[in-house]
Amino acid sequence: MAKPLFTVCEAIVYSATHCCNKKIRQNKSNRKDRIQLSNAKFTPEMKETHTILIPDMLPIHFGLIMEIFRINGYKMELLTTSHRNVVDEGLKNVHNDTCYPALLVIGQFMDALKSGKYDPDKTALMISQTGGGCRASNYIHLLRKALDADYPQIPVLSINFSGLEKDSGFKITAKMFLQMLYAVLYGDMMMSLYNQCRAYEVNFGDSKKVLDKWQGVIADLFRKGGFMKTKKHYREMLKDFSAIERKKKKKIRVGIVGEIYVKYSPLANNHLEDFLISEGCEPVVPAFLDFCMYCAVNTVNDGKIYNFSNKTTKIFTIAYKLIYKLQRQMIDIYKEHGEFDPPHDFEELRAYADKYMHQGVKMGEGWLIPAEMAALAHGGVDNIICTQPFGCLPNHIVAKGMSRVIKEAFPNANIVAIDYDPGATKVNQENRIKLMLANARKDM
Amino acid sequence: MSKVYSLGIDVGSTTVKTVILDDNSEIIRSRYQRHFSKVRETVAEQLEEIANEYSGCEFRLSITGSAGLGLANAAGLPFVQEVFGAFIAVNHSYPDADVVIELGGEDAKIIFLTGGVEQRMNGSCAGGTGAFIDQMATLLGITTDEMDNMALKAEKLYPIASRCGVFAKSDIQPLLNQGAKREDIAASIFQAVVDQTVSGLAQGREIKGKVLFLGGPLSFQKGLRKAFVNSLKLSDENAIFPENAPCFMAFGCALHAKESSEPMAIDEVIERVKNAKASDDIVTGEPLFTSKEEYNKFVERHKACDLKYADINTYEGEAYLGIDAGSTTTKLVLITPKGELLYQHYCSSMGRPLDIISSKLKEIYSLTGNRITIASSAVTGYGEDLIKAGLGIDNGIVETVAHYKAASFFEPEVDFIIDIGGQDIKCFKIKNKAIDSIMLNEACSSGCGSFIQTFALALGYDIAEFSQLGLFAERPVDLGSRCTVFMNSSVKQAQKDGASVEDISAGLSASIIKNAIYKVIRAKSTDELGKHIVVQGGTFLNDAVLRSFEQELGRNVVRPAIAGLMGAFGCALYAMENRKETSNLISAEQLENFTYSAKQINCNGCTAHCGLTVITFADGHKFISGNRCEKGAGIKVEGEKLCLYEYKYNRLLSVVEEKPAQPKAKVGLPLCLGFYEQLPFWHRALTDLGFEVITSEESTRDIYYKGQHTIPSDTVCYPAKLAHGHILSLLERGADFIFYPCESYNIDEGQSDNHYNCPVVAYYPELLKANTNELNDDNFLHPYIDINLEKHFAEAMSKSLAKYGVTKAQAKAVWAKSMEAMESYRRDVVKKGEEIIEKARAKNMPIIVLSGRPYHIDPEINHGIQKLITSLGLAVITEDSVAHLADTPTLTVLNQWTYHSRLYRAAKYVTTQPDMQLVQLVSFGCGIDAITTDEVRSILESGGKLYTQLKIDEINNLGAAKIRLRSLVAAMSK
Repeated sequence: MAKPLFTVCEAIVYSATHCCNKKIRQNKSNRKDRIQLSNAKFTPEMKETHTILIPDMLPIHFGLIMEIFRINGYKMELLTTSHRNVVDEGLKNVHNDTCYPALLVIGQFMDALKSGKYDPDKTALMISQTGGGCRASNYIHLLRKALDADYPQIPVLSINFSGLEKDSGFKITAKMFLQMLYAVLYGDMMMSLYNQCRAYEVNFGDSKKVLDKWQGVIADLFRKGGFMKTKKHYREMLKDFSAIERKKKKKIRVGIVGEIYVKYSPLANNHLEDFLISEGCEPVVPAFLDFCMYCAVNTVNDGKIYNFSNKTTKIFTIAYKLIYKLQRQMIDIYKEHGEFDPPHDFEELRAYADKYMHQGVKMGEGWLIPAEMAALAHGGVDNIICTQPFGCLPNHIVAKGMSRVIKEAFPNANIVAIDYDPGATKVNQENRIKLMLANARKDM
Repeated sequence: MSKVYSLGIDVGSTTVKTVILDDNSEIIRSRYQRHFSKVRETVAEQLEEIANEYSGCEFRLSITGSAGLGLANAAGLPFVQEVFGAFIAVNHSYPDADVVIELGGEDAKIIFLTGGVEQRMNGSCAGGTGAFIDQMATLLGITTDEMDNMALKAEKLYPIASRCGVFAKSDIQPLLNQGAKREDIAASIFQAVVDQTVSGLAQGREIKGKVLFLGGPLSFQKGLRKAFVNSLKLSDENAIFPENAPCFMAFGCALHAKESSEPMAIDEVIERVKNAKASDDIVTGEPLFTSKEEYNKFVERHKACDLKYADINTYEGEAYLGIDAGSTTTKLVLITPKGELLYQHYCSSMGRPLDIISSKLKEIYSLTGNRITIASSAVTGYGEDLIKAGLGIDNGIVETVAHYKAASFFEPEVDFIIDIGGQDIKCFKIKNKAIDSIMLNEACSSGCGSFIQTFALALGYDIAEFSQLGLFAERPVDLGSRCTVFMNSSVKQAQKDGASVEDISAGLSASIIKNAIYKVIRAKSTDELGKHIVVQGGTFLNDAVLRSFEQELGRNVVRPAIAGLMGAFGCALYAMENRKETSNLISAEQLENFTYSAKQINCNGCTAHCGLTVITFADGHKFISGNRCEKGAGIKVEGEKLCLYEYKYNRLLSVVEEKPAQPKAKVGLPLCLGFYEQLPFWHRALTDLGFEVITSEESTRDIYYKGQHTIPSDTVCYPAKLAHGHILSLLERGADFIFYPCESYNIDEGQSDNHYNCPVVAYYPELLKANTNELNDDNFLHPYIDINLEKHFAEAMSKSLAKYGVTKAQAKAVWAKSMEAMESYRRDVVKKGEEIIEKARAKNMPIIVLSGRPYHIDPEINHGIQKLITSLGLAVITEDSVAHLADTPTLTVLNQWTYHSRLYRAAKYVTTQPDMQLVQLVSFGCGIDAITTDEVRSILESGGKLYTQLKIDEINNLGAAKIRLRSLVAAMSK
């Protein structure tokens, strides 16, 4: 399986760099001369001189991804700041009605740059973004706009797979891409096992110790090789986590779905996972890989819905199948071990989505949100928090708009939509979550 | 062994309630007390009373309430979520209740008990209800009890936006200024609370059966009770108002404690509450002043900007009168030709500007006697038209002009003016002695000045005292810079974290400033504002606010001592410069007999049926307000109106006439969102495929109400909300099925990076289907279609309509003709636009490109703004009638939505036309416009044009829009 996977990674990286997506090519000439902002290039020399800042979204996964960049010779730093000035800088630099994730990410960058900790002549910024009809595709432009006045020299790098810059000193190679894919797989497993253990650990801190150990082990694998021997590592990881002494009594399980950044980032969701733990619950956070596969499948779906076929749809069809196999393998090993709940099977997620909405809903997190809500409810996780930035457009439809039909299908489901926003206070959010938990406790 | 009781403590956002139960769960003691933000102290006080009365007893206790959570955590005492507490109490006392509605200080909750228990709370946007009622009472200048009494005498209800307090305020203010009866307004406010509860919380679930009403407002306010009972059509036996409603949650909390808590000695509890550690989460800013000396120097500096005074009791000669009939306050000044101040008055409008001004005018006449002649007068503000008509004022001017006049008197070099009044923030940049750009606050953040006042009252202070408290606060709380409703929650959080009133006062001042600079002005850095800044408006009389502003700016500014009177002062200066032979001002004698009466009617001039307020003065002349166009005011218009909006709307609807001889079925197309442009396409396609096409009825407020109960997200834009009613309308009209395609992609005009629809326009059919009971797979078809692709169109249509025998070949055959039908519609719009431009130019009439989305032609969405513009003597065209005339300019954002891409091109085109200006219509809640507005502004400003944005919502009131448009006209004429 290693060979075809590598080939597909090569193809994805190639296609991303050469923009063979039909829609984009069609208008590329327009785009180039129309967007004119300080568009500082990341030259090959900068790899030596510049530190690349990247905002944290998934603490566990991003730790691994940073490692991959470091191994490949980049100087990286993860921004984990969360003081008030992050929000203030966001408010200053981004239109206040823009979604909260953009505001936070840009605020975090501007706060870091203004802190004096980084030499603006030796700093680059990296932002991960998805394309598509959601306004999130504008994050990078909003960031460049914010930098325009004071930091025109700072290059902005984007990780996105529909249009990487061609002649940049920043190159994601097929090998790095492959490593990142595995980082997501391992990251998902660590995140899931960590949450399943720390809610029940007898000795406070045991789970964290095992997590830290595995962060190191996986990073080593990327450095020294051997990261593709997944079965072996999965089994060992399961063994390590299962050795943690845990209480037997089941706790209330609370699923977290929602807009991708708010769902995972502790900065955005006011440390929701920690809060749930402190309330005596087990947070159930769906895998990040699901979102990656959602993006891949949307490209495949586009071809089917709009009756066309091109290189991109073909590559993604193959890529999707291979990644799905990897996910299946992980699920099988979870089951073989038998002690922990495996991640959702992506094909099952798609089947759930079909019950409530068409897979053509591809903006934002689209059909993935109702699919995850249904899968959680089906798996007995009745309490679901849907995290969303205040005023998030796709979420009107895919989250709030779908809760009714999902509640009809799963009468025990208790879905609470929580808005996140610079003005929304923790006390309001927590009070709503506590109401949900009070209900859940009543039923236990 | 000591006796054990159960104790429930409910700590809400404004009050503390305690209840003690005996062994039989009977209430033996209950207390209700406002805590004025001193949460811990009040709880401890009540506990000490209990300790005295029940010395030696032990208590099983539990804490509940929004402010109780923090206290319980900090003191290590048991906590029960308040809705859950209510649930326990209801089960205990009213086991047969079906629904519970509870309104608290800032929360609204519904519990559905039968048919699947469900508990809901308002989201962070809905704002408070008790606090909302308090705010509205302040606005009316009365107590909540008085308001309640008034509401019971109401005869008529006005639609008031129910979503949040600030919105409602923008609705109420103009009603007040136009002379609507306060009794009616009071009842309308309660109705708004009911609507909010029904639409915001019930969200599609019907409220029926036995309903239990809880919480402070519902137990004290009869008018509110009446509104609920009437709206929900409840019989007497089904509407239960428990006697102990205010303490009901505390009762539930005590019941919960009885079951689950361990007995504790009361002294131990008091000890823990007193020692509860404030959390360290609290974020603080810089103190405003570090020493008394620093403050004194500050005061001295600002004293320098004072006016000269003349004595009205001795002065002889001419004088000029200026009146600012503002939204919450009324201001009058009388000046000498040298600009000396003879008379000033500043007071709350109390919703009766005409009464107040006429009585003040009487006072002026009695003071001036025959020594002084009022040679000329001018008025500005919300009440301008009314006052001008009623009292014969010589000039009416736009507020912005008045303020610039006044500011330049104090600082001739002024290049930036910021005015924070009761409800508005107004900022203007001055270039070359003319107003260059105007920034007004959005409808959503209005209420800045009156907010701090309401807050002061809620905390038990008067405004002056409250702001003084902040001056020497050591750790001002950082409350963020969002709209005022959000600030409420921030304050709540700060209280929870143990911030003092002083810190909150200082924090509020800073919030108002940050809101102004970063949200209204949208300044990236404070340097953008200017070098010679004049601040004015009543809010700046507050030293804490002024200091916060200087601190944020890092620069000193000029605050005239008459900061609160600047509008009126500017008017007086204007009156002086524009004096006529004789003044038309009402004379002292006439004033003696001055009376008026107000009547509400609906205009029947057109389908908008504007609600009019007709004021008849004693001499028989009438003043009519509430009208959008001249018709309502009874004025005959000469010649044709130059406006593309009506043409476009009628042209679009005109396509639905023909039908096939033997239709296969009746297909319904809803008149909403994307159909406002694609109707000709789908009409052609479906007619040619053999269907009879019908549309839903035209949008009205009733259409909105019709579908209101099926709207799952209360923050989505109004155009989307209207779609719900249109779907139901089609079913009523007997459509066999509704056809509403999901379109990720819109028309590709080849001018943008991509051609998406926004997520709401693209996928709203999915939401409609999931939330409308009546829809199913047979009567609602929503295929995914990209109309640009012929082959795909044929595939998708034949698949979707297979049941009706539509084949791929047939579908393919209709594609080109359908495209042509839409193109022909769009060509006609362009042609008509050219015609209007030509006619306007022949008359030397300036042209406004009123830009939005296709659905903004819906009269229920645009509220007739185009008529307001034509009534100001301007021609109106649309963005899509000129977008093709320019190429996409250089942008700093991703240009990937078809509709929005037209805005950029229209803006670019406007910069090339000396007689055109662009006004952007933005629907509240449109996330995409957060991106487009900054971009359109920068295109226009780089081309030397003014940027004017009008935010619209279900609010049917054009007061704010009118000020903006008149300011624009004033600026254009310079």
